[in-house]
This record gives sequence, structure tokens and C-alpha cells, in this order.
Amino acid sequence: MTQNEMTSNDSTEPTPTTETAASSPDPSGDPLIEQSIDVDGTDATAAETGEPVIESRDLNVFYGETQALQSINLAIPEKQVTAMIGPSGCGKSTFLRCINRMNDLIDAARVEGDLYFEGKNVYDADVDPVALRRRIGMVFQHPNPFPKSIYDNVAYGLRIQDQTENIDEKVETALKRAALWDEVKDQLDKSALDLSGGQQQRLCIARAIAVDPDVILMDEPASALDPIATSKIEDLIEELAEEFTVVIVTHNMQQAARISDKTAVFLTGGELVEFDDTDKIFENPESQRVEDYITGKFG
Amino acid sequence: MRDNTMSTETTGPDITSRPSGRAARERMYRYVLLLCAAASILVTVSIVVLLARDAVTFFTLVNPVDFFTGTEFLISRNVYGLLPLLSGTLLVTVISAVIALPTGVAAAVYLSEYASDQMRSVLKPGLEILAGIPTVVYGIFALVYVTPFLQAIGLPVNTFNILSASIMVGIMIIPMVSSLSEDAMSAVPDSLRRAGYGMGATKFEVTTGVVVPAAASGIFSSFILALSRAIGETMIVVVAAGSRPRMLNLSDPLANLFQGYQPMTAAMVQINSADSVSQLGFTSLFAIGLTLFVITFLLNLLSNRIAARYREEYE
Repeated sequence: MTQNEMTSNDSTEPTPTTETAASSPDPSGDPLIEQSIDVDGTDATAAETGEPVIESRDLNVFYGETQALQSINLAIPEKQVTAMIGPSGCGKSTFLRCINRMNDLIDAARVEGDLYFEGKNVYDADVDPVALRRRIGMVFQHPNPFPKSIYDNVAYGLRIQDQTENIDEKVETALKRAALWDEVKDQLDKSALDLSGGQQQRLCIARAIAVDPDVILMDEPASALDPIATSKIEDLIEELAEEFTVVIVTHNMQQAARISDKTAVFLTGGELVEFDDTDKIFENPESQRVEDYITGKFG
Repeated sequence: MRDNTMSTETTGPDITSRPSGRAARERMYRYVLLLCAAASILVTVSIVVLLARDAVTFFTLVNPVDFFTGTEFLISRNVYGLLPLLSGTLLVTVISAVIALPTGVAAAVYLSEYASDQMRSVLKPGLEILAGIPTVVYGIFALVYVTPFLQAIGLPVNTFNILSASIMVGIMIIPMVSSLSEDAMSAVPDSLRRAGYGMGATKFEVTTGVVVPAAASGIFSSFILALSRAIGETMIVVVAAGSRPRMLNLSDPLANLFQGYQPMTAAMVQINSADSVSQLGFTSLFAIGLTLFVITFLLNLLSNRIAARYREEYE
């Protein structure tokens, strides 16, 4: 099934700017609301905006003996920005890495429970993490461009996925969507490492969106950047949510309040305490502990 | 320092007193250390000067053009053409490179990216042992085992042949390539690997598309160092490659492999240990030696240039 989805995704038009991430052949409906439809029909009805694209059920994660996440139930809506906030060590990044199975790379990590992506449990034995990660892109805490040219960085994913048709166009589109094109269009052959930190991070975003994934995971993407670069990244994230589902981990509560539609608050011990609309979380949280955290009484 | 107003209130030792010999001793340590640091440079410089001096003597008697373009090397007839010796050196270098570079890089990739800690703890010392074997042992192994093996599998090799010598030179330099390349790959930050995996790359794609290119400067350096080593390797070719200077036969390249050659290093050993050799013959030693030095020196320069050009700075 994953393979079929990959194939249908591969056949999207070469100019994907106005397309939805995994375009359905159905011509009707508002393109911004139109959802991807699972080819095998597990999610056959065109969902409305806000339908969960990622859903965890009783998700537990252990690092060796230590439990990092405790029975997390969380449904992340499509084409919105969902923020995960909480103090250090609360498991928010661990949850993020569960979504595209980057935890597989950590030997000591063990995942129990279910995590559904478009109705399919990504921890099922038949799921290929490589194929999964091609649909769920990731941007890391520290900018990590490859020591290659700017162009080759953006083209990397396209090349490994054999999407090399119109590759120049796709690279340009991705750089434009990442708000980096005007700054680098005359120096695409220059090493990506010569860019500033903020530019490098936008390049990493361009690299992630070039292959037109459905979801973009961001692990504190602005924490290593100065305030100006941070505000550029924040603007960008809000724009990206028009086309992609964005899940962002941040320890910056103001950032979560500014850019996210939904906010999940994790507290120490790997517990998801509250998940709701961002306005609700910041103005009138249900939980006293969340209110204490938001108002800076601890953490 | 000479002001004593502060120390009047304390009872500790006088901070202005300085044992008289200390400054001199400190100076002496400094110069002894400097001497040690400079010794290798002094030796290198004197070797080059002496090589050059005797080579100049040789070149006043033999036209350099004849030396560098001559196709025959026969001391008994005072014919000094470098090309046959260069042919042998070239063959050794190329064949051993064909064997060692891919194998060494593949071994480095395995050790750095694929091997479990346990596997690595077995393989790395194993490779280091390979590097510790005296080269004369490699040479005898080539003569006694590799050549008969090549004959057994049907290759028409002579008893002394450049192929088996070069195979052993190649095996000898594998640890050099693998060890330096592995260092370079291990220095590639994990954040780059994560970026690759995050893009949906497989392990092999991350290795070949991210790690190896990011380690390119170190890998190139290991190649150059290993090639310098192959060019300068002496004992293996003295024992196993024969003692007959011979020109490359370009019309039948494969046949070259099965014959004996005398690379530059082996020729120098022979001249040096010959019972009776003319003064001119003896000075040819220095001309060959100087040429060898220039070749490896240029390779090292190239290595530095490449390393500087492709080096990527990581935090």
C-alpha cells in the first residue's frame, strides 16, 4: 500500500506549487481543502480540513529502561501547524521522531503502540521506513545542509527518488517556496556551507519540500538562529501550512503561540497533558499544570 | 615586581625570589625541543642536497634528455635510459592502486558505516597487523605463493613477474587507505547522516551520496599517500618482480603483467649492491633517486592541494 501511494505521488505534475501534496485525481473541490485519498480506500471520503493525518494511539517509547513517552494519544490535523511544547526532556522531540521512524536509528529506542499515517500504522511490519520518510520530510534543530552546492542540496531528494524530470524547475520552485530563491539564484553552484545559519536552515526546508512530501516535521528549527532569521523561518512555516501538514517542536512558547493552529503540551516524564487549539491552550487551558507552565511558574 | 608593599602583610614565600638557574634551564629545554623538531627537516634537506649534488655529477656526463627519454638501461654498457625503470614503477603503482583503492575504501565504508562495534574491534586490529608485516615477507610471499597461484589458475606468468609483486604491494597499502579513509568518514557529523535518512535515503544512499563525498578530501589524501608508498616500495619488487629493466609493450598491454620488470627502487638496490660498478654507474643511483623523490614530492603537493580544495569545515 505504501508503495502504491508512492507511485501515485511520483506521478504528480512537475509544477506542484498549486497541487496538494498527494494530489487526488478528483477534479472537484477546493484545492486547498481537497485531501489526499488513500488508494486502498482506508480513508476514502474526501476529508475536511482538520481531519487527522497522523494519529497516535497509546504510543509508548522507551530508551533502554527509561520511558520517554507515556501512552500518547494525539491526532494531528492536516494542513495546519501543530506545535509541541514542553520543558526539556518531556518527550516532544521523541514523539516527532516516531512519526517518520527516525527513532529506528537509535539502537536503544523501543516503540510500543500505534501511530497511524493516513490510516496506516507506520509500525506495521510491512511499512518501509525509507518510503515513509519520503512522504514525511524533516527539518532538524541545527541546520545540516550537505557539503555540496546549494543546487545539489535541493536536488538530493529528487535524485534519490528518481524525480529528475524538470529537476531545475523543481529546485527553483522549492527554493522559492522556502523564501531563499532571491538570495541564492545567482550562486546555485556555491557551497551550501557558505550560507548564513538562517539561510542554511531555509535551504534545509527547501531540500525537504522539494520532493513534495505530505508532512514536514520540524525539530526546534529556529533554536540555533538569531531573531531575524527566526522570524523569517516563522513566516515561512505559516505559509508552508497552506500546502503541507507541519508538526513543529519548539521550546519557545511565544513561537508556538504565534505560528501554530494546535498546540500539544508535554510535561516532564513524557506525558501529554493537553492538546487543543493554540488559542485555547494559551488563553484558557483546562489543566492547572499547563497554565503553570505557560505562565512560567516552572519549566 | 620590585615593589614590596604587598608582601609585607603576608608570611608566605617572597614572590620576587627566583632561583638563579631556572631561567637558563627553561631556555635550554626550549632549544633541545626545537632541535628535535628541526632534526627531521635538517636531515631531509641534507638528503636532498646530497642527492642533487651527485645527480648533477651524473648529468654532466650523461645528457639529461638521454636519461629521461632513453628506452634502455644497461649499466654494463653505460646506457642509462630511465623509461624502462619508470615502466616498472608505473606498472606497480597502477596495479596496486587498482587493487588497494577500491578495496581500502570499501573496507573503510564497512568499518565506519556498517560494522557493529564488536566486528570493528576484530577487524581494525587485523588491518593494523597487515600494516605491520615487514615488506620482505610480502615479497617472499609473492614469489613463493602468489606467482605459483597465478600459474595454477592459468595465467602465463614468469617466475619473476610484475603482477604478483604488484598484488602484494596493493595488499600492503590497503590498511593505509582504509585506516585514513575511515578516519575521514568517522569525522563526518551524524547530523548529515540524519539529514540523508530524513530525506528517505537508504543506508547505502546515505553512505555513497553523503558520507563518502563529505569525506572526499581525506579519502583522496589517503590515495595519494598510499600511491607514494607504492612508488617507493622496494623490497617486494626486489624479491618478486625480477631484475630486468624492460619497456612497456603498448601493443599488447596484458602481456606486460606477466613479465618481470625492474622498477626504479629495485634498480637502485641492484646498483648499490653490485660488486663492480663504474663511477658513472654509481652516480646514476642518485639521478634515479632524485627523480623518485621529485615524483613523490609532487604527489604530496597534489595531496595537499586536493585536501585544501575539498576540505569542508564542520563545527
